[in-house]
Amino acid sequence: MSVKKFVVGNFDDEAVLFPAVKKVRRAGYKIHDVFTPFPIHGLDKAMGLKDTSLHVAGFIYGIAGTTTALSFITWALTIDWQVNFGGKPYFSLPAWIPITFELTVLFASVGMVLTFCWLCQLAPFIKKDHFNPRSTDDLFVMAVECTDKTNEQEALAFLNSVGAKDVSVQYRETGWWLGRYDQETVRYGKKVEAV
Amino acid sequence: MSLLRYESQVRPPIVDGTKDYHQVTEDICRPVEAKPSRLWWIGFLISVGLLIFGIVSVTMEVMYGTGQWNLNKTIGWGWDITNFVWWVGIGHAGTLISAILLLFRQGWRTGVNRAAEAMTIFAVMCAGQFPIWHMGRVWDAFFVLPYPNTRGPLWVNFNSPLLWDVFAISTYFTVSLLFWYSGLLPDLATLRDRAKLKWRKMFYGVAAFGWTGSTKHWQRHEALSLVLAGLSTPLVLSVHTIVSFDFATSVVPGWHTTIFPPYFVAGAVFSGFAMVQTLLLVTRKVLGLQDYITIEHIEVMNKVIVLTGSIVGIAYLTELFMAWYSHVDYEWFAFKENRVNLNSPYGWSYWLMMGCNVLSPQVFWSKKLRRNLLLTFFMSILVNIGMWFERFVIIVTSVYRDYLPSAWSTYYAPTIWEVGFYMGTFGLFFTCYFLFSKFFPVIAVAEIKHILKKNGESYKEKMNVEEEETVEEFAHKNLHDDHH
Repeated sequence: MSVKKFVVGNFDDEAVLFPAVKKVRRAGYKIHDVFTPFPIHGLDKAMGLKDTSLHVAGFIYGIAGTTTALSFITWALTIDWQVNFGGKPYFSLPAWIPITFELTVLFASVGMVLTFCWLCQLAPFIKKDHFNPRSTDDLFVMAVECTDKTNEQEALAFLNSVGAKDVSVQYRETGWWLGRYDQETVRYGKKVEAV
Repeated sequence: MSLLRYESQVRPPIVDGTKDYHQVTEDICRPVEAKPSRLWWIGFLISVGLLIFGIVSVTMEVMYGTGQWNLNKTIGWGWDITNFVWWVGIGHAGTLISAILLLFRQGWRTGVNRAAEAMTIFAVMCAGQFPIWHMGRVWDAFFVLPYPNTRGPLWVNFNSPLLWDVFAISTYFTVSLLFWYSGLLPDLATLRDRAKLKWRKMFYGVAAFGWTGSTKHWQRHEALSLVLAGLSTPLVLSVHTIVSFDFATSVVPGWHTTIFPPYFVAGAVFSGFAMVQTLLLVTRKVLGLQDYITIEHIEVMNKVIVLTGSIVGIAYLTELFMAWYSHVDYEWFAFKENRVNLNSPYGWSYWLMMGCNVLSPQVFWSKKLRRNLLLTFFMSILVNIGMWFERFVIIVTSVYRDYLPSAWSTYYAPTIWEVGFYMGTFGLFFTCYFLFSKFFPVIAVAEIKHILKKNGESYKEKMNVEEEETVEEFAHKNLHDDHH
């Protein structure tokens, strides 16, 4: 496993973090990730992350639930074992709506949560690295990945100049626990990097 | 011109005091990291005692059958189903606060949603006990599930409201649990990263699922919360609707009513908010969280209580009117003789219900009384007594005297084991709540931080200063700017 080098800057105000993210990207640095104690709306856009399609997955799971409920009840009560309940038709759709609805919600919710955990690689006994334990308390931690071309002293100075309170160089072994979404970020301003 | 004062539209702050993010973490994590107080131990041990009483009562019922309860020929549903509906109803406030108020962008929900969601889960756990143990041969409880069996397979009756209940309650429990736990992940990570003791590091490390606070994770987390809220909103309405179908789809006078679904849902929210008040008034005091669960929260919830209490009142009067207007003798008898008539065997319960649920919450029209903590606490208990009696009235007074006078039952009063079972669910509920308040943050830490800059007291003051200028000043300043 190779070891990667990161330049890590801590910010204590999201109002400073936002322009900093833009400046760092414009300068051509590759932001590995920004760890924040709470969701900051718009930060994903500023970092150039794609929208999540988790809700589409939820819709598909929901439809699967609807289909499962309707087809199973239809099969069980009209084909497999017909029971005459007070002369009512075997195919009594209105009476099946409650269970169909509940299964739609159940499938969508369980499916979405499992997909969420899978995508974010979250599960019990998993340990991940987020560079500074205070990023779950009051700090916004930006980790910039150093490539062969990166001058780490320049990078440290640059993070300082955009408002980071303290900066450091950290080394991490690469692996899935560092996240797998670097291919999702669209780096922009590649031309600026040359300058 | 001074009349045209430009007034601030800013609402009162939801987080009191001057706080930064770290202070929020400290305040909410302190009770979790400190040793439990003597008060906590006393409450916890009383709850465990009640739970043991409940276990003994249920054991008696399982060993000797439902004959241990005083159910009789026409009153097949007594205390147990009353308690079931009551607990399910209490659960509704949590989902209302966490899901519906999220969709309506009500910032104040952040202070109370975590505890309310926990309450939902525990209340649904308690509710589930009643139909399960009421089955008598509880070892056959899995018969309610549609599994391939050797009896045909003979499937469950998907047309039956009782089966709808099985699906509704279990779905509700599962979805509430997922919603609650996914919201807890970031806060558990906060506790993990603060932990000094080894067992804490391990416990919260496992519980936090390796949450890091990565932006991509937050983005997905937000999407997940929003969709789960969207799903939970119709779900919570459906659950009490389906519970009301247990009664409404029957042909029993007093049950056979189309008004039941909205009436039950309003009643559920009403009793749920009362229970949230009971718990939070104690929690904020004992854990010292008055800055987060402020008097504003209490007041807003009291407004919900007076609103839903009045909806319930209208429902009571509507069903009474419809019973008379329907010209169905049995229907009118159930209302006039079994309920309204104070001299009938259960007349007292109807008027107790009316007094607790319809009359007493009306005190909350007064702002002063809405902000009175002692009165709020007293009212929250009163409302829950009233809502328990609502279910008792619906269930017992409808079935004890219906079509055939020869089948009218004798007076029904619970045995010690029925009471014990009910007390036992209180034990279960409070044991869970005490453990929750000890090991989990009772307020959503990340969500409070998220709204802090918008709704914190110190930040609001700054905004108010800017906005407190007259139109004249505003116009003058802007004109001035234009000239330059």
